[in-house]
Amino acid sequence: MKFPISWVCEFVKLPKGLDSDSITQALVGAGFEVEGVQNLAQEINGPIKFGKVISIEEITEYKKPIRWVSVDVGEIRNVICGAQNFKVGDHVVVALPGALLPGPFPITARETYGRTSDGMICSARELGMGDDHSGILVMDEEDSPIGSDAIAALGLDEMIFDVAINPDRGYAMSIRGIARELAIAFKLDFQDPVSLVEVNDTKGQSGPVKVAIKEGADRIHLRSVSEVNPDAKSPLWMVRRLQMCGMRSISIAVDVTNYVMIELGQPLHAFDSDRIKGSITVRLAKEIKTIKTLDEQDRELFAENLLIADDSGALAIAGTMGGFESEVTSKTKAITIEAAHFDPVLIAKNARSHKLSTEASRRFERGVDPLLTHIASMRAVNLLVEYTGAKYIGFNSVDNLQPTQKIEFDPQAPSKVIGGNYSNEVVSTALLAIGCEISDSKKELWQVTRPSWRPDLNVSIDLVEEVARLNGYENIPSILPASPLSRGLTPAQRRRRRVVQLLANRGLTEVQSYPFVSAETISIMGFTGDRAKAYRLANPISEQEPFLRTHLVPGLIQTGVKNFSRGVRSLGIFEIGNIYRAINEPSNSPVIGVDSKPSAEEIAKLLAHVPKQPLCIGGFFAGAIERESWWGKGRNFDWSDATEAAVEVVRSCGWEPTIHASDFAPWHPGRCAELRVNGTMVGHSGELHPRVISALGLPERAGAFMVNLDAIPYPESVKAKTITTMVPTIQDIALIVKSEVVLTDLTAALIQGAGELLEKIELFDRYQGAGVPEGQVSFAFTLTFRAADRTLTAEEVSGYRASAIESANKACGAVLRS
Amino acid sequence: MSADLEAIVSAALTAFSQASDLEEFKSARLAHAGDKSAIAMANRELATLSASEKSERGKVINEARSRINQAASSREALLVDERDQRVLVEERVDVTLPLDRRSPGGIHPLTSLREDISDLFIGMGYEVAEGPEIEAEWLNFDALNIPADHPARTMQDTFFIEPISAGLVLRTHTSPVQIRTMLERTPPIYVICPGRTFRSDELDATHTPVFNQVEGLVIDRGITMANLKGTLDHFATAMFGQGIVTRLRPSFFPFTEPSAEVDIRCFACRGENTPENDSCRTCRGEGWIEWGGCGMVNPKVLQACGVDQNEFSGFAFGMGLERTLMFRHGITDMRDIVEGDIRFTQHFGAGI
Repeated sequence: MKFPISWVCEFVKLPKGLDSDSITQALVGAGFEVEGVQNLAQEINGPIKFGKVISIEEITEYKKPIRWVSVDVGEIRNVICGAQNFKVGDHVVVALPGALLPGPFPITARETYGRTSDGMICSARELGMGDDHSGILVMDEEDSPIGSDAIAALGLDEMIFDVAINPDRGYAMSIRGIARELAIAFKLDFQDPVSLVEVNDTKGQSGPVKVAIKEGADRIHLRSVSEVNPDAKSPLWMVRRLQMCGMRSISIAVDVTNYVMIELGQPLHAFDSDRIKGSITVRLAKEIKTIKTLDEQDRELFAENLLIADDSGALAIAGTMGGFESEVTSKTKAITIEAAHFDPVLIAKNARSHKLSTEASRRFERGVDPLLTHIASMRAVNLLVEYTGAKYIGFNSVDNLQPTQKIEFDPQAPSKVIGGNYSNEVVSTALLAIGCEISDSKKELWQVTRPSWRPDLNVSIDLVEEVARLNGYENIPSILPASPLSRGLTPAQRRRRRVVQLLANRGLTEVQSYPFVSAETISIMGFTGDRAKAYRLANPISEQEPFLRTHLVPGLIQTGVKNFSRGVRSLGIFEIGNIYRAINEPSNSPVIGVDSKPSAEEIAKLLAHVPKQPLCIGGFFAGAIERESWWGKGRNFDWSDATEAAVEVVRSCGWEPTIHASDFAPWHPGRCAELRVNGTMVGHSGELHPRVISALGLPERAGAFMVNLDAIPYPESVKAKTITTMVPTIQDIALIVKSEVVLTDLTAALIQGAGELLEKIELFDRYQGAGVPEGQVSFAFTLTFRAADRTLTAEEVSGYRASAIESANKACGAVLRS
Repeated sequence: MSADLEAIVSAALTAFSQASDLEEFKSARLAHAGDKSAIAMANRELATLSASEKSERGKVINEARSRINQAASSREALLVDERDQRVLVEERVDVTLPLDRRSPGGIHPLTSLREDISDLFIGMGYEVAEGPEIEAEWLNFDALNIPADHPARTMQDTFFIEPISAGLVLRTHTSPVQIRTMLERTPPIYVICPGRTFRSDELDATHTPVFNQVEGLVIDRGITMANLKGTLDHFATAMFGQGIVTRLRPSFFPFTEPSAEVDIRCFACRGENTPENDSCRTCRGEGWIEWGGCGMVNPKVLQACGVDQNEFSGFAFGMGLERTLMFRHGITDMRDIVEGDIRFTQHFGAGI
């Protein structure tokens, strides 16, 4: 909310010369974020006076028309002026030599167009009064006595504050509310503007428009005036104040409603009485389908929109925007002012459903003082009577207001909640200052009645907050609580740290990518099954990327591509993060209340409703893993580097994975490894599919991996192995198998056949070529045998060796290479 | 000593000292200390002497032989040393050659910051709680006293999952983890909840639709706002250094009451700006920087989570990790943090 401090000063006498920093500090301390302060006085300086144009001499010898103007500012001054929008007899604003205009723009007497210009006739923009630069500012005679100071009259030396008002502080969206808070902050008297309004509600003085409330409001006042002078204009001071609050002057009827709204906080609407058909009803739209609002938009209404309606249809979207048909025009002679207290929730819906956040709706949503309707409408009528010569006819109203519940309040509560010691006197002073009434203040529990303008105060804690706020958050002590013992990180959290550190130490760089993906990406990756079941966002940032990631590799590739575009030629990157798969079509949300803890069954249902989002770690590699230098040739990343990284990840989770051939997308179907732990798939790795590489323009042979960390069990605590000192026996075996046979299967068969005393098996050669038949491959292994209690004999070991070969023969058709 | 022995010793010593490498020394030793050397001969001649002569002559020969052996070993030691010196010099390499066969890796500074903060709070007796990113609306909003039509619900631009009737959103804060914790555990509760959060802002220098938060929640007997302030002061000092205190400003959040914004003392000017010199670029002369939000857990939240309010009270706070990181490391553009340019992360190394 934007406001000039002079308006506030009408209701609280702030000391003269109080600087903007002190006021800012007071507002911040009271809980208002100050978003801007405009100190116009620093930008402007006199003499700037009102003057009357005495004579105009048109000078035509220059490219543009120029005027040589004599003005009476108490003395005669001659001034050069380029504007054409004024005539002899007009009142204008003249900045005299020595004056300073915002810019900064110092005014001096100067030679121009062959004359000495002794000052400047000013436009609204030159005076800092807005953007109007279409011509110089022409004043009404009565607003601008000749020779008087224009700075004071136009409020050109104002201090304007712009403060953010939180949703619970609706009352502060008014000069009334701000003045009250500043009065408290500076410990000054507050004059409630409400008490200054003269109310003329003599009995039987009823207005011409009947009113009823069907739903959505608990109080409404309609006040009508007639004989409005259609030529009446808003007084200068009102126009200026509205300008400084960021509002344009529209017409006196609209200006008056806006002025009263800003001053008191009650939004008002002015209807042309003659265009109201029958009586007015506050009701939901239901069968009323359309309205043309005063911004000349035809709007489809929603059934639950709250309306002000007459017998013919919608007059206004209640508390949000008026209708075009009933709006006050330059011909209006009779005006009905409507002031109501609407249901905040319905107004919030009105504003949201039509994307119309207006000055009125913002106030209603936050809560308006329900006792204001008759006062604010009266204040508006009084202004109309004073400035348009209108006659007040009378009012009609409905009042269904319920009495406010008292709050039972323990005066010790602030001390208990805040810490420190708030005496009963301190507590009651704070509550009284904000307008509460306290009964039974001698008893242990107080009965507190909130002021009508604070609908946010409902329970004890609301009052505690006010006590804390009024006594200053800066006075709250700083005390560390004595906390219990922590169990430290969970196994999952330790695992997360270990795998990240591992990959970083292996030379990979961690990235964090957005989880948003396009349909195109899903199709390029060749994802099918669960990996193609992506959740879709109802309101994505980009319509191109409405899906949530089902895999980490696409995001890693995208980040890789961004790096390539910035000149990187080789990289190894990794990401740890959650993936989301819509394995089940989302069902309707379970409905749960908030008045008590949900039942165990409800909690279980709710938690089950949220999909599993496994934590995964993935990597992407492209280009050189080792560069060329003094040590010799470099080396490019290949499928084995991706798989090695994946295996290391599983190992650092405490397991030795088995590796199996796979043809999983987006990998190369002949170069994709599946990693398993205890027979369960935990990840994939290898070279990317050539089609993916070419579609995305990636370096050849780029690789990737992803491991699902949540799929890997947590190993039990390791039991130490006995370390024997017996000498090992070593046997080498070379076997020939068909080339389709994979090493994992062959090794498994050898281990099974070799028996318990096999300590270690290592592949030391893989060979295809001369000596090995076409379509077959030779694997050579070193087997190490050892017993804990004896040195093995040659015969014994030969037996194990033979049994291993036999097992390999049975399982994989392996034959001993001769 | 007799002249003959003197000559033998002297010849041996000369020969040893003239040997310039181990090869020459070996032959010199063979010649002057070997089985056929003059001194060995002299010793063999002892057998021909009488007992009295033998004893005297033997003593002298031993003395001579000992001088020869000593000279031999010291010369040998010297020559071995010399040879070693030469070989080691020949085998010298340039140890300053580059070793970066592989480029160095790096941990994203957000990860490191998250770990630092977790460690700080674990040291203070907290545990780290986590939760899902696609979250139930009830946990993200309702349980936090943000009912469907509350204006606060429009304050946060939320990503909704289709269909909207499923009531699933990308969590807008890590507060639903607090709710989960309260539903699952019984107080006392001391947890921090770091994690990824989502709001539908466009990416620019100060906003990102995907960001990270760390929230804290304490539920215990007799917890006060003073405890909250003490915790935040400790946190701020650990993050930004000694003397960086916090300031609480009254504010509004549906899930806390009283609520406050947390500012920290500007670490650039330390608030020593005067109104005449309000030129600090970090805080724009205000002396304070907005860091996060906090407050006492709203009774309605405790009620929805079944925490007995007669026995327990609590506080909660939340900060943006990106913002904290920007402050700590002088990062001026949010995009550097989120875009994944490896130069950004590599600059932070694999552990800080």
